[in-house]
Amino acid sequence: MSRGSNVTPALAIEHGLTEEEFERAVAILGRTPNLTELGIFSVMWSEHCSYKSSKIWLQTLPTAGPRVICGPGENAGVVDIGDGDAVVFKIESHNHPSFIEPYQGAATGVGGILRDVFTMGARPIAILNSLRFGSPDHPRTRHLVSGVVSGIGGYGNCVGVPTVGGECEFHSSYDGNILVNAMCVGLARADRIFYSAATGPGNLVVYVGAKTGRDGIHGATMASAEFGGDAGEKRPTVQVGDPFTEKLLIEACLELMQEDAIVAVQDMGAAGLTSSSVEMAGRGGLGIELDLDRVPVRESGMSPYEIMLSESQERMLMVLRSGSEAEARRVFEKWELDFAVIGRVTDSGRLVLRMNGNVAAEIPVGPLVGEAPVYRRPWIRPDPEPEIDPASLLDRDPLECLQRLLAAPVLGSRRWIWEQYDHLVMGNTVKRPGGDAAVVRVAPSGKALALATDCTPRYCRADPMRGGAQAVAESWRNLTAVGAAPLAITDNMNFGNPERPEIMGQFIGAIDGMRKACLALDYPVVSGNVSLYNETSGRAILPTPVIGGVGLIADARAATDLALKRDGNAVIVIGDTAGHLGASLYLREIEGREEGPPPPVDVAAERRNGDFVRAMIRGGHVAACHDLSDGGLLVGVAEMAMAGMHGVRLDPFPVELPVHAYLFGEDQARYLVETSDPHALLKAASAAGVPARVIGLVGGPSLTLPGAGAISVDALRVTNEAWLPRYMAQS
Amino acid sequence: MRAAVIIFPGSNRERDVCAALARACGQEPLRVWHRDAVLPPNDLIVLPGGFAYGDYLRCGAIAAHSPIMREVRDHAEKGTPVLGICNGFQILTEAGLLPGALLPNRSLSFTCRDVHLRVENNQTVFTCGYEAGQTIQVPVAHHDGNYNADPETLDRLEARGLVAFRYCGPNGESSEETNFNGSARAIAGIFNDTRTVLGLMPHPENATDPLLGGTDGQAFFGGLVGALQ
Repeated sequence: MSRGSNVTPALAIEHGLTEEEFERAVAILGRTPNLTELGIFSVMWSEHCSYKSSKIWLQTLPTAGPRVICGPGENAGVVDIGDGDAVVFKIESHNHPSFIEPYQGAATGVGGILRDVFTMGARPIAILNSLRFGSPDHPRTRHLVSGVVSGIGGYGNCVGVPTVGGECEFHSSYDGNILVNAMCVGLARADRIFYSAATGPGNLVVYVGAKTGRDGIHGATMASAEFGGDAGEKRPTVQVGDPFTEKLLIEACLELMQEDAIVAVQDMGAAGLTSSSVEMAGRGGLGIELDLDRVPVRESGMSPYEIMLSESQERMLMVLRSGSEAEARRVFEKWELDFAVIGRVTDSGRLVLRMNGNVAAEIPVGPLVGEAPVYRRPWIRPDPEPEIDPASLLDRDPLECLQRLLAAPVLGSRRWIWEQYDHLVMGNTVKRPGGDAAVVRVAPSGKALALATDCTPRYCRADPMRGGAQAVAESWRNLTAVGAAPLAITDNMNFGNPERPEIMGQFIGAIDGMRKACLALDYPVVSGNVSLYNETSGRAILPTPVIGGVGLIADARAATDLALKRDGNAVIVIGDTAGHLGASLYLREIEGREEGPPPPVDVAAERRNGDFVRAMIRGGHVAACHDLSDGGLLVGVAEMAMAGMHGVRLDPFPVELPVHAYLFGEDQARYLVETSDPHALLKAASAAGVPARVIGLVGGPSLTLPGAGAISVDALRVTNEAWLPRYMAQS
Repeated sequence: MRAAVIIFPGSNRERDVCAALARACGQEPLRVWHRDAVLPPNDLIVLPGGFAYGDYLRCGAIAAHSPIMREVRDHAEKGTPVLGICNGFQILTEAGLLPGALLPNRSLSFTCRDVHLRVENNQTVFTCGYEAGQTIQVPVAHHDGNYNADPETLDRLEARGLVAFRYCGPNGESSEETNFNGSARAIAGIFNDTRTVLGLMPHPENATDPLLGGTDGQAFFGGLVGALQ
């Protein structure tokens, strides 16, 4: 190794390290790092890889539970679903790349999360996403929507994993920083989970998949800084996806995982070969030696720095059991993928890289991982918003308000998006996109998984703690509404610049709310991802802690949905309606006010009401069920009517609330259920101490309000379906 | 009845069609890897949906030249029924076993949704489970399903009863709206001259289980298995 390093503190700062962090690196090495070593320190200590601003707070989240096989820290979380099966899942952001190059950014986001799941030995069975775009009026929004949606579809459709659900919202705070979070869910045998800790000094380190090119160098560092006005110049840091190679990689890895050949496996995601090799060595408490001359490359003349920092896609690193090389090579050659032995596990505790006969880098792994910076950044709690008194708002025609809400970007049908995703491939999609949660059968057991992604950023801005709790509670409700027992979540924490105390306060508040809700609902966090610096020129996104929830349905045939089924059935609201309009869609879309505190989250009521609804669904007493959230009761009724193409005649409204508060308030812990036997259901609710009230009757072609007119469900549907396709057709 | 399902490296609906066939005939189909030089004895060859070799060039273009396709062509010429679904249909046109081509959808987008089809000819092994003129509902999931051929070919297909399915509305009538991908004459599937090769874009295999939202594809596989057993 050349001793005379010309790496300076200034170069370290260009790499995103602080002066103090650079000094720490020098102290660890006992000398100035060379360029390759600097690159390795800078990506391993980037916010993206080290979680240095978020770590101490993430550690407060509940991560254990009777069904949890593997919590955060590995490639994905693993939860026992009985019969020897395990569900493996994680959500991850690809926000920065997707803003710069929407198609490839979103596509490689899907590719990355798929790898996280099949790395653990699971066959991916479903993909979901959570998208946030800027205002529809912003000049780049249409282009970004189009690119992101076709990128997600282009990758998932080709790989052959159904994209079954997700969410999409528009808000001007995302004008300069869109959010593209992708979640993957896979199935494995509970006793055949693969982990990433290297073991057995002398074991071979094997590189499989696609070749390494010069794409994506320093992607992790880009994802750890805010954008200035020059975001477009960062295009070379975006990777290019190849779903066909990914498909081959899935099949090859799962085939080899049938054998007893693999000791440890790690996908090459952010920071590529660097983070995969360092993490494998670090978790095993061992060293790794790599011969970079043996790394399959796309172009000649690549330097050690480029090879170690490339984020080329569709690559994996494995440690093989001694004597398994021939078997592994046979499998990867069958699938026509690169396979190269590039190094071995050592007991030196050091990462040693060799190239052209020279040592290109040598770093002690323990300190590189264990002495990574951790920050307790200063934070402030946001001031609470003053309450909104519903009585102070004008009386308006509720049906006209309903139509405006259903026609608005926020509630308009997302069909235009999910019809571009193959949501049926693999032949197990029981409940398709468009409902509270997707339901995917676990064949041949007859079980099913319920899956959903949720977050209400406007709540999180107004009160991060309530917002964090609400995101968890809504996720739990959405799974409950299809009849599932919620199992666990994966979280994607999307926030602005953590070096600003108000942003850090949002982060800490959201975590606190999530923690309380997760504890009360027995709904642990088993994996997750943090995306900070979602900020352009000092303007941050709304705090967006996205919750990806997974639930279990013992018998797929018992799953329900929101579509009204039969004239004459009753519609019942479960839970208390207090008419909370603070931070509601009604207030924002109809009154033009983004103010007020979000609705309180009573986790005990959530639990009680949800457990009741689930028991009613399982008992066969519920024909349709819908979680009440955005837009409140009338929007919920309309959504059930449109899904089933049945009308509803609503009963007279309670006199104690203003009409707009009753119809559009966003009180939590509520569901709408359709039942043919309202008396039995009300009686059971009363016995369980659950508030329940009949609010109307299914029937006819229209949604009819007492004394306030009617509108045909057909017309509502046309209104609701119109906005997005029309918007996207404009050029 | 023994079916052989050809697996290309990018096939992704082989599980779906194998499940539908197994349900219809009680026997798991044989899975044949694309690099195999010889087809095992069989009564039916299936080219499933997917993206055979990634389809970065033109859908099905590379697959049409794979070694196994020589075998498929030989068997087809000897009268073995060949069914190509979605990507399989694209491969059959690229391989010259069916006329015409599948262009990008009119929307230029991938489209996954239920559509209605009218059964145009039920006098074949593939469609004998349906009534002539029957309307069925099955899903589509493709980006390049816009069927096209020169007018003489289209006229010949029509005149000889080689149009298998046409996109239509719930009551069987075709309109520009129901012909969502812009196919010539709303064609969703065609036969070869001997009606022993069928290519279609929709996925009857994804409409064979009441739990998954439709059963109109059951008669497709039921009829096919019945005719070949």
